Amino acid sequence: MDIQMKRGLLDVCVLAAIKNEDSYGYQIIKDIKPYIDISESTLYPILRRLEAADMLTVRSAEHNGRLRKYYHIEVAGLQRIEDFKEEWKQIMSIYSFVTREEKENE
Amino acid sequence: MNKAEFLAALREKLSGLPEEDFNRSVDYYTEMIDDRMEDGMSEEEAVACLGSMDEIITQILSEVSLPKLVKEKVKPKRALAVWEIILIIISAPIWFPIVFSAVATILSAYLSIWMMVLSLYLLDLSIAISGIVFIGLAIAELLKGAFAVFGALLGFGLVALGVSILLFFTFNLITKGIIYVSKKVLLGIKSLFIRK
Repeated sequence: MDIQMKRGLLDVCVLAAIKNEDSYGYQIIKDIKPYIDISESTLYPILRRLEAADMLTVRSAEHNGRLRKYYHIEVAGLQRIEDFKEEWKQIMSIYSFVTREEKENE
Repeated sequence: MNKAEFLAALREKLSGLPEEDFNRSVDYYTEMIDDRMEDGMSEEEAVACLGSMDEIITQILSEVSLPKLVKEKVKPKRALAVWEIILIIISAPIWFPIVFSAVATILSAYLSIWMMVLSLYLLDLSIAISGIVFIGLAIAELLKGAFAVFGALLGFGLVALGVSILLFFTFNLITKGIIYVSKKVLLGIKSLFIRK
């Protein structure tokens, strides 16, 4: 997959992983992994970037006697997911245009 | 590698980072190892899952800007004594030109690289325009009935247009290469700054 495209998709996937409830790093990776390749090292800058863009906030909470960071989605993050859905509608219509001849030939 | 060894290596590599970035990345990787171990992995397995140290450092650096790294590097570790401040001011005629020329050198290197890219595309554009002009002249000769001149000029024009199209794709590749190399150079400069 194109690097720029993957970068954008990863941002949205991370936001989607924390959309319904706050989540932590390892859980986010486990949730996303079946759909798109992600590792600890790639997740780190994404979380920093999304935080800097006010799309999510971080809080520390105790878990089994240690601190764990939980990520909470913000309004701008929810908006990003909505924008993604809109963009994707356009991409799907382009996809059906691109593949229309293949279908006609079948 | 076990957890303690991994974290010690990470701290060593990141020692030049600003304190906040340093703490956050170390905390992040500590948490990741702990969570994997809680999930049933052994310490060694959990560390192995994190991937190579180089990749980890590259990713951490990608979100820290170069000016921030430079600032961290030149920031004194303790407050300066009065005599040190006076010394810095007095020696300004010596260090200022050195710093200024270093910055100017980097900026002009950047500028000249992009000017080179620009000139390549301008060259390409001028070849394409000359091709079009040749074809225009050829048509004028055709109207005058000079068929031999028409053929020659049309040939020149088509060759020029063809060359300009080929060059366009070649220059695209060169530009891509330059962007790739300058990204690598930036990463290299950044990693110089996080060393002790």
